[in-house]
Amino acid sequence: MLVKLLDLLVRHARWLKRVVLAAMAGLVIADLLSPAGYDRFVWESWGGGGALFGVLACLSLIGLAKALGLGLVYRREAYYDDELAPYRALEDAAEERSRSDLS
Amino acid sequence: MHEWFVINWPFIEWLPPSLVLILGGLLVSFLRGVVQKLMLLAAPTLALVAVLGSAPGAYASFEFLNMQMTLGRVDPLSLVFAHVFAIMALVGAIYALHVRDTIQHVAALIYAGSAMGVVFAGDLVTLYVFWELMMLSSVWLIWRNRRAASLAAGFRYLLVHAVSGVLLLAGIVIYYTQTGSLSFDAIETGSPAFWLILLGFMINAAVPPLHAWLTDAYPEATVTGAVFLCAFTTKTAVYTLIRGFPEAEVLVWLGTLMTLWGVTYAVLANNIRRLLAYHIVSQVGFMVAGIGLGTAMALNGSAAHAFTHILYKALLFMSAGAIIQMTGRAKLTELGGLYRHMPLTFVFYMIAAFSISALPLTSGFVSKTMILEAYADHQAAFVWLVLSLASAGTFLSVGLKLPWFVFMGRDSGLRPREAPANMLVAMGIVAFFCIFIGVYPQWLYQMLPHQPVGYNAYTLAHVFWDLQLLSFVGLVFFVLLKFMAPKDKITLDTDWFYRVAAPHAVGLIHRHGTSAWRNLLAAMRWPLGRIFAQALRYHGPKGILARTSPTGSMVLWVAVLLTATLLLYYI
Repeated sequence: MLVKLLDLLVRHARWLKRVVLAAMAGLVIADLLSPAGYDRFVWESWGGGGALFGVLACLSLIGLAKALGLGLVYRREAYYDDELAPYRALEDAAEERSRSDLS
Repeated sequence: MHEWFVINWPFIEWLPPSLVLILGGLLVSFLRGVVQKLMLLAAPTLALVAVLGSAPGAYASFEFLNMQMTLGRVDPLSLVFAHVFAIMALVGAIYALHVRDTIQHVAALIYAGSAMGVVFAGDLVTLYVFWELMMLSSVWLIWRNRRAASLAAGFRYLLVHAVSGVLLLAGIVIYYTQTGSLSFDAIETGSPAFWLILLGFMINAAVPPLHAWLTDAYPEATVTGAVFLCAFTTKTAVYTLIRGFPEAEVLVWLGTLMTLWGVTYAVLANNIRRLLAYHIVSQVGFMVAGIGLGTAMALNGSAAHAFTHILYKALLFMSAGAIIQMTGRAKLTELGGLYRHMPLTFVFYMIAAFSISALPLTSGFVSKTMILEAYADHQAAFVWLVLSLASAGTFLSVGLKLPWFVFMGRDSGLRPREAPANMLVAMGIVAFFCIFIGVYPQWLYQMLPHQPVGYNAYTLAHVFWDLQLLSFVGLVFFVLLKFMAPKDKITLDTDWFYRVAAPHAVGLIHRHGTSAWRNLLAAMRWPLGRIFAQALRYHGPKGILARTSPTGSMVLWVAVLLTATLLLYYI
């Protein structure tokens, strides 16, 4: 039942996309037309301020993360594996014990 | 504060939920099979009833070594945390019901009980005892994963928390000598005790750069253990910060940094539980920032956000745990297309993901916006912008990236079954709360410490802003989808300093120290040899001074000396 519903949504992804995009456009237009709710910050009074902020925030965050990752902090998966050597014996012992627990 | 009912327990004034959980945990260790499972459910159920039946007041006070200890300081602040801890202990027990590992069950209940003990502790010594018990019990939830990486991560977790405990104890001792009091209330700014206790709490709250223990250890915990871990340690620290350090300005900046640090690293994460763990750092950052601001609305916001966060984060970890349990894989690069095989897990995950992203009608929306609103009232534009940026990042990673690459995206070829029934029931209960609080926030608001709350999250402007923010983040995600693909890499964090840099430094000092010592000895050989040879020449067995002198020469010398003396006498 649930799978069928999800499958239906996936099959009609193109329609879904159009509906969501239309809703987003409607949201921005509605925000432009409605009076500003707050005026504590200047961007709160702009219609579509949330949309603009969302795009800018997302782009800057991806840029920041990628720069940090590629420039400084990305390492291969096995980077810390050397430190595991003393624990391998414990791991083997634990495995053996769990096997004997099950049998 | 609402009181549903107050229970008059026979023989005792107040039933401590912490002791119920801890004793229940100890009892579980003696039981097996169905009886053990029943006990596993009974202890948290009784603890929940005990919390619901608690009226504000101070209970279970006694004197120990001339110190006044209080096990039960029940007030609105402790009750907010106690309620969610009790719900979480019960839901966590349901989630772990199928596990056949007594040690894990015992550890989980004692851990939940100690967290409850911290929340109800009226004095710093009781708090410290439960604080340490929390560390000692929770580490087993990591070790029992029985992999080398888990064992190593568990030891690191233990060491970092031992440092936190020592700092806390040192702070408490100084505080006691300075004030002569052990009661746990707001701590006076600026004294050494203030900083030491604050540091101890900050380590547990995972405040950068002292946060890496969390993102290191939680992904290595057992599937069910991680659900308990993500709920208690950081949130007890949030409670202690609200109680002890409201309006500590340093927390504004550290909290803001936390939110940004967490979301940035989460974008790079490949392990699904590490991605979620970075979002604990980020979300706790909101709470810490709220505590730093310290206004009534900010503190209410922090407490409310801790409440909702425990629930949706537990649900996220439950769904991630279900995926790991059923597929045996934990990396985004190895997963994909699971929605057809684990549809319920997918739906529950999305409810939690929408909650953490603060979508209207979910729990995160009614708590997170409260902290943002407190900053807006304060006209703090910079902090507000960074927190909003973090909100966008949260939806990007937890609401879009993780579900896309795990449940949608390319088909990984995995055909897992749906998670076991008990796991789904636990997830269902928490999912209910995520939506219930979002739809009916008054239920949560009436529990908050500063009444009346007088905040309405559902203004048109809030809803418009939030929906636009989230939907346009979604747009950017799908436009940049090919850049968002996870990489089969790990990221270095501040734990690198104690995992790599410190051992290298010690190795370097050891190696260079040894050779330097040898060189020093070699350089000393020639002068030392000379001194030794000279000493031998005069004082050795064949030295000049060791010779036996003939009697004749002795007489001659005596005669010479006497003559010299005679001459001197006359002159």
